[in-house]
Amino acid sequence: MDRYLSITRRRITGKIYSMLEWVRQLGRSGIGQFEKLGRANLFLLNTLAGLPELVRRPSLLVKQLWSVGVLSLLIIVVSGLFVGMVLALQGYNTLVDFGAEESLGVAVALSIVRELGPVVTALLFAGRAGSALSAEIGLMKATEQLSGMEMMAVDPMHRVISPRFFAGFLSMPLLAAIFSAVGIYGGYFVGVGLLGVDDGAYWAQMQSKVDFYDDVLNGVIKSLVFGWVVTWIAVFEGYDAVPTSEGVSRATTRTVVYSAFAVLGLDFILTALMFGD
Amino acid sequence: MKTSKTTELMVGMFIAVGAAGLFVLAMQVSNLSGFTPANSYTITARFENIGGLKARSPVTVGGVRIGRVASIDYDNDRFEAIVALEMDGKYDQFPDDTTASIYTAGLLGEQYVALEPGGSEDVLAEGSEIDLTQSALVLEKLVSKFLFDKAAEGGDPEP
Repeated sequence: MDRYLSITRRRITGKIYSMLEWVRQLGRSGIGQFEKLGRANLFLLNTLAGLPELVRRPSLLVKQLWSVGVLSLLIIVVSGLFVGMVLALQGYNTLVDFGAEESLGVAVALSIVRELGPVVTALLFAGRAGSALSAEIGLMKATEQLSGMEMMAVDPMHRVISPRFFAGFLSMPLLAAIFSAVGIYGGYFVGVGLLGVDDGAYWAQMQSKVDFYDDVLNGVIKSLVFGWVVTWIAVFEGYDAVPTSEGVSRATTRTVVYSAFAVLGLDFILTALMFGD
Repeated sequence: MKTSKTTELMVGMFIAVGAAGLFVLAMQVSNLSGFTPANSYTITARFENIGGLKARSPVTVGGVRIGRVASIDYDNDRFEAIVALEMDGKYDQFPDDTTASIYTAGLLGEQYVALEPGGSEDVLAEGSEIDLTQSALVLEKLVSKFLFDKAAEGGDPEP
């Protein structure tokens, strides 16, 4: 009897102990996440502190604008064209049932300028440029180039990270504007050229319904926010990577995944703030 | 660090193309180029019912767009809607007995304010009010009136 009781008691204490262990693990991962968030914010402050040096040496920025912005141009233009063409094709099928195919221009322009332009550009940008930034910086860390710079009294934050961050932040609104403009012309080719929507109605309806401040500028603000967040995630994940080949590959994956989450989540919040009245 | 001439050239072109994209969005896509209220005057009109009129709806005369609805307000004392019309300053010769009506473009299209000039000598200026107005046609009212009339006709007791 006594023996039986002590076994039961031990079993129960064992269960409680394992539950506590599970809670402890949860707490540890929570603290780890907060530590990472804190590191990311300090990292961002350090990056922003590199701005004066960047103004003195704009050639650093130009080089990064080339690899981050210019090299992303092709995928942005091609995607924009096809997104606009698909939107026109789908929109036409729905609108023609109501005899309202003249509104095709409005439908295409509003969905591209407000939502698809900034969001799809940010997602493509995270895949094309963000992952490259993470991998490059992560590999620089793994091969101890960053420590090497520190040895030579060159601050890698100002020399390597800042130019990349600001290049991404500045490229994003430009790329989004190109995406939107190309997309609307893609919709024009399909809608007017292929499906026979009236040329004048396509542009006139668009111009009367799309507002520069409410729609176009809000789209630009969205893309600025996305550019900031995506590039921040990319350079931080690269800098924070475990300096092994596996660590770099994990950092690259995390960049793309976190960027997609951040962009889609922020897009919902921004849309609610801007267009929710 | 030195950047090559080609890099600089391409980056310059990238920035220019980006700016051009924004310019296209501003000029070709949005209404920034359409009606610029740089030189404009505002008049008001009172309507019993404005239907689905919204701020920024067009104001036309004879089908030509000459302004837009600046704001819509409600007069709590006279139970009427007050619509402020922002008119292009080029067109400042409207007589003060001009009629304002709210029409619908097409059957399901947007609503707009149409002005029909009268014959008076005095012209509308900043702050003047249009007295002669015609409210928006509400489709439900028309349909119910039509049905009511039909019912009244058919309801006559036959001899």
